[in-house]
Amino acid sequence: MLILALETSTPTASVAIMETSFGGKDSLGGEKILGEFTLNLSGTHSERLMPAIDSLLRETSLSVGDIQGMALALGPGSFTALRIGASTVKGLVYGLKIPVVGVSTLEALAYNAPYSSTAICPVLDARKKEVYAALFRGDGSGKIIRTSEDWVVSPEELFRRISENTLFLGNGVEVYGDVFRENLGARASFGSPELSLPRALNVAKLSLPKFQRGETLNLFTFTPIYIRRSEAEIHYETKETN
Amino acid sequence: MTMKVLGIESSCDETSAAIVRDGQEILSNIVASQVALHSKYGGVVPEIASRKHVEFILPVIDEALARSGNGLKEIDAIAVTQGPGLVGSLLVGISAAKSLAYVLKVPWVGVNHILSHIAAAFLSSPSLKFPLIALVVSGGHTSLFRVESQTRMFLLGQTRDDAAGEAFDKVAKLMGLGYPGGQIIDRLAKEGDRKAIPFPRTLLEPHSLDFSFSGLKTAVLQHIKGLGGKLSSIQIREIAASFQEAVVDTLVKKVLRAARREEIKEVVVVGGVACNSRLRERFLEEGSSSGIAVHIPPPALCTDNAAMVAAGGFHHLIEGHRSDLRLNAYSRFSGSHQR
Repeated sequence: MLILALETSTPTASVAIMETSFGGKDSLGGEKILGEFTLNLSGTHSERLMPAIDSLLRETSLSVGDIQGMALALGPGSFTALRIGASTVKGLVYGLKIPVVGVSTLEALAYNAPYSSTAICPVLDARKKEVYAALFRGDGSGKIIRTSEDWVVSPEELFRRISENTLFLGNGVEVYGDVFRENLGARASFGSPELSLPRALNVAKLSLPKFQRGETLNLFTFTPIYIRRSEAEIHYETKETN
Repeated sequence: MTMKVLGIESSCDETSAAIVRDGQEILSNIVASQVALHSKYGGVVPEIASRKHVEFILPVIDEALARSGNGLKEIDAIAVTQGPGLVGSLLVGISAAKSLAYVLKVPWVGVNHILSHIAAAFLSSPSLKFPLIALVVSGGHTSLFRVESQTRMFLLGQTRDDAAGEAFDKVAKLMGLGYPGGQIIDRLAKEGDRKAIPFPRTLLEPHSLDFSFSGLKTAVLQHIKGLGGKLSSIQIREIAASFQEAVVDTLVKKVLRAARREEIKEVVVVGGVACNSRLRERFLEEGSSSGIAVHIPPPALCTDNAAMVAAGGFHHLIEGHRSDLRLNAYSRFSGSHQR
């Protein structure tokens, strides 16, 4: 099976193609990343995402019609960026009539450091002095286990929820790294900058078990995982309650 | 040879897809409106609109294909609204159009929303001749164009403050009438005396083809304050009718001024506000008394819809225009449009 994976949750745009056979007992043996294209630039995904997909297909000597399944990082992340990814996937899978699987952006990001000896906290800047974050730990064999749900919280609230040594990854580190250091001291560690980039190869990897279990999305109805509601809805509710 | 174009529109709060043959024959035109979702906020909330577009985009495309009796394989090209509009909303339609065109390996083109509104007039009046004067009047636009062809137009004038549709919404809000204001005021105005209150008609400089509606809005506010705030149902109807008449008067005068100056006898009035019943009545009257042919599409083609996008896109496509995979949305119209 050839899987095209997209990760557009942040300003980083990443696309990857994975070839896999579901046959063998050792699932690792059956997977091969044929290529990944990752751009860490400012500007909109609208200008770069489809050209990146097109380039990757050309360089891997594939036609879009060869793709048999798609994987998408559903969020959380930048609303507009998530929607460009979701809308692009919708057009592709509708035209190709192939299944699509959604994975968690934060979980895929945690897979940048699967052999970490400490807890792993992917943290993305959510603006408005908040971050998207969740907690994970490695099982020692390269597999990641989730230990919390996805949160949208202030950095201060995040500190309260962290009790053990933790590796922080993601663009939230750029914004709040100093605050984490000040508040958590030696308990906080940080990966090198490239470990903070959300990567499509992890999205592809995470999609595999979901394809095997048949956990595909309904292409007509699926939406990104925003976690946060729109400002208008929040304000309206506040006004109503008062 | 015929060309079936799939049109996709998501510039504001309507998600729409349509199949149009040869820029003329509407095979389907599906519109998912979000009006009900935005009404409690008193206007379109961009983030909510964008979220809904993601949910509606494929169901609407699928429905448009089904109603037209076509499968994806029968689609020869795709046209999508590129702007002006809400960027977050536009990007949903653009992203889906791009990726679908890429898979289907069909030509595709991003089109100007305003040119699409003008193309709608050709769907209902196929014998229209260029050059023509177009008034595009909606919640987001109040602009006058000299239109040379399906793909070329020049801005003659535009609003310096509120769009006409925006003025309707704001005045409805001042009277506590709810959203969308245009339809509510249109209905109430039918039962009111439109000569009751002499609201100002802002015509600006003698040669100007620009518009301004903020003074009118202020005059309505002052009038309401003068009445002590609490309005009777007769007063509401008088204000609605008099306000609407002032807007329509201004639009008619400016369009006639433009037609005279440009020596053009064909006029199209398009956009959501062109659904207004008094506007339609007045333009047809004034047109026939001044020897100008005024064309106003039926309401379903005046409000945002994808049939107009497919129709407008068809003309770009036959002129050889193509968009590439880097196409991005734009929020504002730059003045003249010539590809």
